[in-house]
Amino acid sequence: MLASLQNGICSARLDLATYQQNFADAHPPLNAIQAKIEAERCYYCFAAPCQTACPTGIDIPSFIARIAQDNPRGAAAKILEENILGGMCARVCPTEVLCEQACVRNTNEDKPVEIGLLQRFATDSFFSKPKPPLFKRTTDTGKKIAVVGSGPAGLSCAHRLACLGHQVTVFEAKPKLGGLNEYGLAAYKTPNKFAQQEIEWLLSIGGITVQTNTRLGKDVFFQDIVQNFDAVFLGLGLAGVNALGIHEPESVGLRNAVEFIADLRQAEDLSQLPVGRKVVVIGGGMTAIDAAVQSRKLGAEEVTIVYRRGQESMSASEYEQAWAKNNGVKIRHWAAPLELHTANGQLTGIRFAYTQLVDGRLTQLPESFQLEADMVLRAIGQTFDSSHSVEGLAMQGGKILTDAHGKTSLAKVWAGGDCRYGGKDLTVEGVQHGKLAAIDIDRVLRTA
Amino acid sequence: MADLSSNFLGIKSPNPFWLASAPPTDKEVNVMRALEAGWGGVVWKTVGEDPPVVNVHGPRYAALLGQDRRVIGFNNIELISDRPLKANLEEMARVKKRFPDRAIIASIMVPCTEQAWKNILPQVEDTGCDGIELNFGCPHGMSERGMGSAVGQVPEYIQMVTEWCKQYSRLPIIVKLTPNITDIRMPARAAKAGGADAVSLINTINSIMSVDLEKMAIYPNTDGAGSHGGYCGYAVKPIALNMVAEIARDPETAGLPISGIGGITTWRDAAEFLTLGAGTVQVCTAAMVYGFKIIEDLCDGLSSFMDSKGYQSIDQLVGKAVPTVKNWNQLNLNYVEKAVINQDLCIKCGRCHIVCEDTSHQAIFATKNGERHFEINEAECVGCNLCVSICPVPNCITMRALQVGELDQRTGHTISGTYANWTTHPNNPGASCS
Repeated sequence: MLASLQNGICSARLDLATYQQNFADAHPPLNAIQAKIEAERCYYCFAAPCQTACPTGIDIPSFIARIAQDNPRGAAAKILEENILGGMCARVCPTEVLCEQACVRNTNEDKPVEIGLLQRFATDSFFSKPKPPLFKRTTDTGKKIAVVGSGPAGLSCAHRLACLGHQVTVFEAKPKLGGLNEYGLAAYKTPNKFAQQEIEWLLSIGGITVQTNTRLGKDVFFQDIVQNFDAVFLGLGLAGVNALGIHEPESVGLRNAVEFIADLRQAEDLSQLPVGRKVVVIGGGMTAIDAAVQSRKLGAEEVTIVYRRGQESMSASEYEQAWAKNNGVKIRHWAAPLELHTANGQLTGIRFAYTQLVDGRLTQLPESFQLEADMVLRAIGQTFDSSHSVEGLAMQGGKILTDAHGKTSLAKVWAGGDCRYGGKDLTVEGVQHGKLAAIDIDRVLRTA
Repeated sequence: MADLSSNFLGIKSPNPFWLASAPPTDKEVNVMRALEAGWGGVVWKTVGEDPPVVNVHGPRYAALLGQDRRVIGFNNIELISDRPLKANLEEMARVKKRFPDRAIIASIMVPCTEQAWKNILPQVEDTGCDGIELNFGCPHGMSERGMGSAVGQVPEYIQMVTEWCKQYSRLPIIVKLTPNITDIRMPARAAKAGGADAVSLINTINSIMSVDLEKMAIYPNTDGAGSHGGYCGYAVKPIALNMVAEIARDPETAGLPISGIGGITTWRDAAEFLTLGAGTVQVCTAAMVYGFKIIEDLCDGLSSFMDSKGYQSIDQLVGKAVPTVKNWNQLNLNYVEKAVINQDLCIKCGRCHIVCEDTSHQAIFATKNGERHFEINEAECVGCNLCVSICPVPNCITMRALQVGELDQRTGHTISGTYANWTTHPNNPGASCS
């Protein structure tokens, strides 16, 4: 029997060449000629709407003009001065709902300037020849700052603080730095170990000490850190995963989508990664899309995303939804999980109740349907992990409450990224949080 | 269907598009291909005395390019024909025989002696060609030897040589003018005084295309050194249009037939030259960029335009817009325009605002009720047309003429509808009447 038709969860469903093809760069970079022509399409708008739409406020018209003028290093400088992870953001930003959605070319011709691809061109050009360094540290301030968590927010904060002359220590629970840049995101968005290359470059600024495998609440403790450092930045992310809210029997095949994605990102050999023949992903966000598409690309025959509300409520952009559909993923709306079916400890299927809005409230209907599934991935949102034991912090909606600069209710403590209340859970937003917090920390420490 | 046929100095051609004297008309093989493609005529690559000149073996051409490598401007350092006179003349004769309905013009450049011209003219005439163009235009290489633009820059020489040519040839004489002068009317008047049947212009403009910043040397260069070239192509069209119009409206040369040259790339460019007084047009760069086939598109475009406007023949277009070209002091200072932004077309790029704000008259609002919105402030707008010029959306910003009786919010004056120009303006110390 063909490996691809094997029921249950197994690896090596595809041949090696197909894995390679499936997980190659999903959106190949522009070559120099394409970049120049595309750059020329930019109108160099006044108070450019794309710049306003960019959470990190990159001066997009300027960086594009620099590409057009054969100055990719200058273009990269313009990007990186506002967004130190501009290389990763060029790959993973949902530009279709950010800068490119704001592009005035949409009005005229329904085709925005390819800002994301141009940003990738500029940053790739720079990283291929990153000398001399773009950033230098100013005079050492003698201040010590702890950054807890090394996702986009933590890295961005650490780099800006280091630039401003502070001594930074980064604590990271996982063996590698990067947070979701390393353990989340679809592999085909950032192939060739780009996340680690970018981090290595970021750390080359100096002044940043790294402690991996160091988990807050287990290996180090909040009170100690607050006591031992002049300031603390919490970029803890959301390590908890929401449960389905139904009985979840102990069974092979029921997994968190984030863990499935993390395994995929860390796999040296994709053919060793097991995946079901029939996969159901529950959720409506980017994690659901990434998990579903990657299941398909690992060789799952049928992959279905099931979302409890309508298409318009999905937090994954329309572009991402189309991407999933183009990759053979089926998306079903208006259904909520009701019951998981297992046989001999192995998942076999899942029953969903139809849902609809009744008086504005999502309501389960008596009618239901069943999907065969040997793998069900939970992707219905992450939560702040209380085991970090960050006592004393004001919280809201289960996340850390801060002011616009990221300052928490506690003296000396700032927070940013997905763990901060009121955000959109975007990489680029984490970068902005980290940057703004660093600027605020610096201001406070210098005026103290 | 409009009749595109042309009769210029009695020289007939099926359309007014001639290939200019330049590399595309250097040899029989090229010219045959051009005429087969449908060009109305050719001005053969300039011939000179034997022994023929020698060209550099390094690069002759370079281009000013847009980002997508569209050619905007072009320059060359090629000399006149580097082949023996006899070879050129034999080929010319064969071509004329094969295409009797096309205009075949010989371009000549020999030293400024009566004998030189007296020698060459009968030989050229023997080819059966329809006319002679005197190359007083090339600004590179040949000018160092006292020919080309070196002649074209001295009106007395133009007149002298033209007189010789009229004396020693029965063919129509077209004097090709260089733009590398201060006032194009002077050489044109000299040509007319010498008896020229027509002028053609413009030849190329002195130019250095660029500098290779890696090698710290001008580009293009031959073995590390370069020389200025002659600039042509689309970018020179406005310069050429002005010079053509200047000659067409100069009372001393008005009515002198003109063959218009300079950056003609589309039918529209050609039509513009015709309306400013050109009887035929000559094309080179566009052919060197796209090949000869473009003649089909040039003819078709011109023909469609003429049909749509009811013009039946080329004659009806020639000079049509010349009366609108005036000296500045004749412009109506009582006429007022204001820019208008069509909000349905506006894509809100805001460029009109920032250029008006930074470099003009602070006359475009950037917001309305706190929203991004671009609108003209008529109290500041001087009607300069900058916003119209830089707006990326066609017809989004237009100019509106204030009507008689309407208040100009900027000046506080009501539009009177009377004509008044600078010659009568109170601010003019030399105002001729009060």
